[in-house]
Amino acid sequence: MLEITPLHYSLLSAALFMIGVIGVLVRRNVIIIFMSIELILNAVNINLIALSDQLQDLAGQVFVVFVIAVAAAEAAVGLGIIIAFYRNKETVNIDEIQIMRW
Amino acid sequence: MLETIVVPLAKIVVLLNAVLVAVTFLVLMERKVIAWAQSRLGPMRVGPYGILQAIADPIKLILKEDITPRKADKYVFTLAPIMSLVPALVVFAVVPFGPDPFYYLSDINVGLLFIISVTSIGVYGIILGGWASNSKYPLLASLRASAQLISYEIAVTMTLVSVILTTGTLSLVGIVEAQREGGLWFAFVQPVALMLVFIGGLAETNRAPFDLPEAETELTGGFHTEYSGMRFSLFFLAEYANMIVISAIVVIMFFGGWLQPFPNVPALAFLGFVPPWIWFIGKIFLFLYVFIWIRATLPRYRYDQLMALGWKVLIPVAIGNLVVTGILKVAL
Amino acid sequence: MAEAIVFWTLAVLILGLGIAVISARSAVHSVLFLVVNFLLVAVLYVTLNAEFVAVIQVLVYAGGIVVLYLFVVMLVNLKKAPERYADPRRVPWTGTLLAGAVLAEVIAIGVYSTVSSDGAAATGGGLGADTPFSDCGSLVSCNTEQLGWVLYTSYLIPFELASMLLLVAMIGAIVLAKRHL
Repeated sequence: MLEITPLHYSLLSAALFMIGVIGVLVRRNVIIIFMSIELILNAVNINLIALSDQLQDLAGQVFVVFVIAVAAAEAAVGLGIIIAFYRNKETVNIDEIQIMRW
Repeated sequence: MLETIVVPLAKIVVLLNAVLVAVTFLVLMERKVIAWAQSRLGPMRVGPYGILQAIADPIKLILKEDITPRKADKYVFTLAPIMSLVPALVVFAVVPFGPDPFYYLSDINVGLLFIISVTSIGVYGIILGGWASNSKYPLLASLRASAQLISYEIAVTMTLVSVILTTGTLSLVGIVEAQREGGLWFAFVQPVALMLVFIGGLAETNRAPFDLPEAETELTGGFHTEYSGMRFSLFFLAEYANMIVISAIVVIMFFGGWLQPFPNVPALAFLGFVPPWIWFIGKIFLFLYVFIWIRATLPRYRYDQLMALGWKVLIPVAIGNLVVTGILKVAL
Repeated sequence: MAEAIVFWTLAVLILGLGIAVISARSAVHSVLFLVVNFLLVAVLYVTLNAEFVAVIQVLVYAGGIVVLYLFVVMLVNLKKAPERYADPRRVPWTGTLLAGAVLAEVIAIGVYSTVSSDGAAATGGGLGADTPFSDCGSLVSCNTEQLGWVLYTSYLIPFELASMLLLVAMIGAIVLAKRHL
């Protein structure tokens, strides 16, 4: 309890990952689903940073930089899609986004 | 115990109070300077030459009724002014007022990145303030403000990268030391960067001529239309504290921080009798004066002109400056 | 002791805010919780001696990406609550249970592997060791310099690819969001 090992960080990361997964599976607002994906990416980052500190190896931190870059790209394109979709259908409810054409 | 807790806490208390007092007098200075620019006298009633106006204004704002609109989002409405003030004050954690550790709270080796990232948090206060008011004009103003802040942030950050290239360090103390060793303020090494950072700083603090988020004539006061009393004054404090922050960044990056002018010229060595922190604060106030001077002189931009200036002029010039700096760095 | 207090406080806050993000009714409140969550994760990075990544987290995530989210939430100014219509085939509880099962499995693997490896200390590949900043001692003191060195030598091609990715994403976002090109 009082000694913090990498396992603690991994468990924190796993729990945050699970919260994100629940968000993706349960919520119906596309924007909140996107935010849950950001939570998932952050959970992965926590793991990478903790192990980078444990192993004294910078590869983990480099990976986090890449993950953040990918997250930025994903957010830009994803939110662009949401805006384009909202313009056509006036909704961001994922249950109403179920046909491939309209 | 004394070294790790008591001394830093005392420094924090002194620093925060100094900044807040400076802000109240900055408001007075702005009113006076604008008045003189328009051949008026400015505030004259409270105290000799209106000096005590700086104390009367905050008292008035604190005593006023604090109204929350009925349809506003209560929590966010309260949170927004705090979110806009806190980042402006947090920045002072890494601002060095002098060469010794006594003059600053901390000298972290990502100091400049810290300042950039913390100031980028300040935009939330404005966006949320406008949204939570649940009112048309504030919402429009906050959308404008967020677009403006994000656009100009890119230009400013890219420009600061070229300065980092010149110094090779992100630590603010290191940047000033590099200017002392070089014997030349970076204002002379990187004049283009200075202009970009200063213009971007004007835009990021929502000052004239880029004060569209609070354009009185178009948006009835902008994002803080629905705010009153203490919460309004927090926004007010944040804007002026941000002005001090931008001035401090410009002074540290380009005007040698606490250094005297031309630190390597022996003929000017007699300037060393002025303590470093007075040089620093004096330079900051010089730039605050320039801020106010510009407000008294220039008309406001139109919104599309503002965005065009940000994206089509400042960002390309910033990238060009970065490339040229890189080439020169390798070549020399 | 101090490390434990900091870790547990941060862990509780991060998880609590994570739950708040996915359970808040208003999307704006969700975004707010997400910002605070990211800031706390940045604090966690600082405790793990990754100060450069911590600052990048604040700058890119909290200061950039989440502002974009907030912007979209406000642009998509919803007149009706987005959650009213639910697909009848939707089974949210199965999703939650599935996620819980995954978590249980991850925890089991983590605990099992820690117990079974019997504290055999893993030694790092030590990419930090052969950088010119090895006189810094640990990764703590020159984090930014070392990270920069590794990023621009060992990971140069991935770095360039990431920049290409960002360029493509930028163009894609503009094409998607602009009404008339």
